[in-house]
Amino acid sequence: MILIHCPYCDEQRPEIEFAYAGQAHIARPANPDSYSDEEWERFLFFRANPRGRHHERWRHTHGCGRFFNAVRDTVTDKFETTYKAGEPRK
Amino acid sequence: MSGYRLPAGGRVDRSKPVTFRFDGKTYQGFAGDTLASALLANGVTLFGRSFKYHRPRGVLAAGNEEPNALVSIHRGPGRFTPNLRATNVELHDGLNASSQNRWPSLKTDFGAINDRLGMFFPAGFYNKTFMWPRSFWERLYEPAIRKMAGLGDAPTENDPDTYTATYAHCDLLIVGAGPAGLDAALEASGTGKRVILIDEQDEAGGGALADPALWPWLERSMKALNAAAKVTILTRTTAFGYYHDNFIGAVERLTDHLPENSDGPREKLWRIRAGEVLLAQGAIERPLVFDGNDTPGVMLSSAAKTFANRYGVAVGKSLALMAVHDSGWHDVFALKKAGIAIAAIIDARTDVDGDLKAEAAALGISVHLDHSVIGVSGRHQVNSIEICANNGNARRTIPCDALLMAGGWTPSVHLWSHSKGSLKWRDDLGAYVPDQANENCRSIGACAGDWDFGKGAVFDVLPTLRDQARIKAFVDFQNDVTAKDINLAVREGFRSIEHIKRYTTNGMATDQGKTSNLNGLQIASTALAKAVPDIGLTTFRPPYTPQTFGALAGHAKGALFQATRTTNIDGWAEENGAVFELVAQWRRARYFPQPGEDMHAAVNRECRAVRGGVGIFDASTLGKIEVVGPDAAEFLNRMYTNPWKALEPGRCRYGLLLKEDGFITDDGVSARLAPDRFHLTTTTGGAARVLNMMEDYLQTEWPDLNVWLTSTTEQYAVIALQGPNARKLLEPLVQGIDLSPEAFPHMTVREGLICGVPTRLFRVSFTGELGFEINVPTAYGRALWERLMADGADYGITPYGTEAMHVLRAEKGFIIVGQDTDGTVTPYDAGLDWAVGKKKPDFVGRRSLARPDIVAAGRKQLVGLLTEDPNMVLEEGAQIVADPKQPVPMTMIGHVTSSYWSETLGRSIAIGLVANGHAIMGETIYVPMPDGVIRATVTSMVFYDPEGARLHV
Repeated sequence: MILIHCPYCDEQRPEIEFAYAGQAHIARPANPDSYSDEEWERFLFFRANPRGRHHERWRHTHGCGRFFNAVRDTVTDKFETTYKAGEPRK
Repeated sequence: MSGYRLPAGGRVDRSKPVTFRFDGKTYQGFAGDTLASALLANGVTLFGRSFKYHRPRGVLAAGNEEPNALVSIHRGPGRFTPNLRATNVELHDGLNASSQNRWPSLKTDFGAINDRLGMFFPAGFYNKTFMWPRSFWERLYEPAIRKMAGLGDAPTENDPDTYTATYAHCDLLIVGAGPAGLDAALEASGTGKRVILIDEQDEAGGGALADPALWPWLERSMKALNAAAKVTILTRTTAFGYYHDNFIGAVERLTDHLPENSDGPREKLWRIRAGEVLLAQGAIERPLVFDGNDTPGVMLSSAAKTFANRYGVAVGKSLALMAVHDSGWHDVFALKKAGIAIAAIIDARTDVDGDLKAEAAALGISVHLDHSVIGVSGRHQVNSIEICANNGNARRTIPCDALLMAGGWTPSVHLWSHSKGSLKWRDDLGAYVPDQANENCRSIGACAGDWDFGKGAVFDVLPTLRDQARIKAFVDFQNDVTAKDINLAVREGFRSIEHIKRYTTNGMATDQGKTSNLNGLQIASTALAKAVPDIGLTTFRPPYTPQTFGALAGHAKGALFQATRTTNIDGWAEENGAVFELVAQWRRARYFPQPGEDMHAAVNRECRAVRGGVGIFDASTLGKIEVVGPDAAEFLNRMYTNPWKALEPGRCRYGLLLKEDGFITDDGVSARLAPDRFHLTTTTGGAARVLNMMEDYLQTEWPDLNVWLTSTTEQYAVIALQGPNARKLLEPLVQGIDLSPEAFPHMTVREGLICGVPTRLFRVSFTGELGFEINVPTAYGRALWERLMADGADYGITPYGTEAMHVLRAEKGFIIVGQDTDGTVTPYDAGLDWAVGKKKPDFVGRRSLARPDIVAAGRKQLVGLLTEDPNMVLEEGAQIVADPKQPVPMTMIGHVTSSYWSETLGRSIAIGLVANGHAIMGETIYVPMPDGVIRATVTSMVFYDPEGARLHV
């Protein structure tokens, strides 16, 4: 069971306290109507599937309840870092 | 009869005789014996039958690597464990064991015919032979093969034992309490570190237990460790898996070694998080591959030493040694000194150290260097062996009743590999050893290839004069894989060891190849003319040794498998005969049958009561979220399809929630209590999902909004009072709320008191009747329910369950998200256009409602379905076609999502998703069923009171 560092609690806690929440840094457009069908399709359905560094979101569901961002290596399953939502991509 | 108890020696307690049974026969051993050592001491050589050929098998090893001597242990009704290694089963009074995979008995096994036919059972035999006809595989071939080839029987009764689990944290976890592990523990003790030392055996010591010279050291060490603060020693505990971030799973066996079944837990699952892990698992001796190497009495040299030194048991009266490694020589010297006759030492190496030869000479042991065993005679036990010089000369027979194999050592890298540490090949050891760590972990002692066993050579198969194609030289004893099978796999084109493993099943038995993997690799390496590291290594996976399902399940079984959520009113429902159903984790009353009623009679009565008088329903399970803050209305406006900003305090609104892809994900009626406060309701099953989704948008998309979300599902008991008499019943009990239709119209909310208790009183209806949903603090739920039941007697109050609720809402065409929708239904598809705020610039899912696929024609839409025969109730899930005469497979245009008998209407009603449904009102569709085609007409979904006259009273 992986240990995950919650950037809000500043604690290393077991994986079962957290829930995965998909790829990170996909901001909802301020004005979705300005998106073409193709752009909207990409926003809705297209996600990265990298071998290696992956930016992803987690929620400390059974802790503080906050969503945060993480960089995890999909090969080794090791977390490189976690950081608060809204902070720049690491 | 071959083995015997030595007159002295060993760690068994000769003052404590133990009586036990094996295959119905009674034997005696001593406290401290294993089942294997006690049976060997009684002269038993035959322990089991092999997996495929049903060959007689004895004991190969003395530890957990044992592939042959698998037994079933009976501990009374339901307490049956198959496939335990006799070498790991601790002896106790009354132990009842039996052998496996034989019929009618171990000595006379009809399945042994497979052995005579062995030449017809090569690798891949089953796949190649039982191909045709295909239909015979499941019905005939597989059941027959499974019956013939197998291990122990699966238990047939529920396991009455209990199992427990715990978490543990430590700075240093040491796996293995042999000399290396104990040294490490001693070094760490007193440093202030929290240390856990675990070992799978009944006492710590590992290899030292088979070396009497180390016993004084062992005693001193254990005394020091037992006295040390912060050192926890767990024996009878197997670390079975090494997971991420130094998380180790281990099972402690608490009661199996005791004569009586205990009331306490049988096993305990330890989930250990360690700062550092030291692996000191030791090494396993490798068998040698030659014709007849599976005959009972052929065993690992180290095992014979362990049986003699630890258990005081000689495995035979006259032992021969076949060695390619120095360690076998040392074992034999020790055995000779313990008083056991040694017939000969045969070593396939051309020469060995002078010291070894000198000691053999001094002990009077005859030595044959550059020789190999080429045959073993004896079926149920070794009678003699045939040896031959490696140049093909000097064939001779040596009488003996046991043959020891010293094939070198394989470091136990199982846990290291679970942790994804890398391995490197060492030619001198003919084995893989740990290389780069992936966790904070080190391997020490023999499992790191660091040992003082001497040196050896590596042979894939021993030289032989015999035809390689006709000999049975076993590599994997448990799965009956021979050297010939591996060579065949290579000839048939398999190149990767992963493929060779799966084709031959080498290393795939319950022992996971502890004794066979490296011999298999060596043979494949020779056959492919490639170095071992170039053909790969199969993956090690947990568990290290088989573990019980009970230990892994722990307390999570039966009623504790999953939490059952109950409402404050649940007890009343139970006392009043409710039939329950599970909705998500909630237990809900489905209907309340009266004596003699079946479900339909009860539901029909409950429906009549709601339409004609008043019904009472426990709606406490509805999800509830309190939305508070100056931006609460703005937030809901962005989340839901409907407009919320203009909603006045005191009013309710049906909210429809989409996902960003435009499909319906939840719905519910919500109320504005104050400009900055909303009381949301969600579906019972969707409550957690909706809160998570709202938190996601609030935290990450619109963190500028000042809004707080709180789950209040369990803070309120909710009683729905529905029916024409609802107001009359409620009025006298309410204080501070005017219930008149003018002051309190449909879809409004008021706060006040009911029976003196604060309430949020909703005037809402999921039945189409005049209705109220009374929210009170949870603790008052049952008291209020009972008061309403008492006061409602005059009005014919009737409790109804979820089934009647479903019928009543379907009569009104109210959808249930998740039943009538399936994640592909838009508001337009569901006929809920009216709930979409057309003037809103944005809300979650809005942009998707203009996606090409969603505006395309021909989408499946929710419609009502009325069968031509009013008594015919459609099956939910039944498929709908436009033309029942078309050839099979037909084109399906939709399916039935809800279908009931409507007592109110005196006929069946249904809702379905039908392609282009809104445009084909009045047309006939068809539902083909096994016993005929059902005709139905597409209609509006609102079957009852379409004007809503009954609501607005």
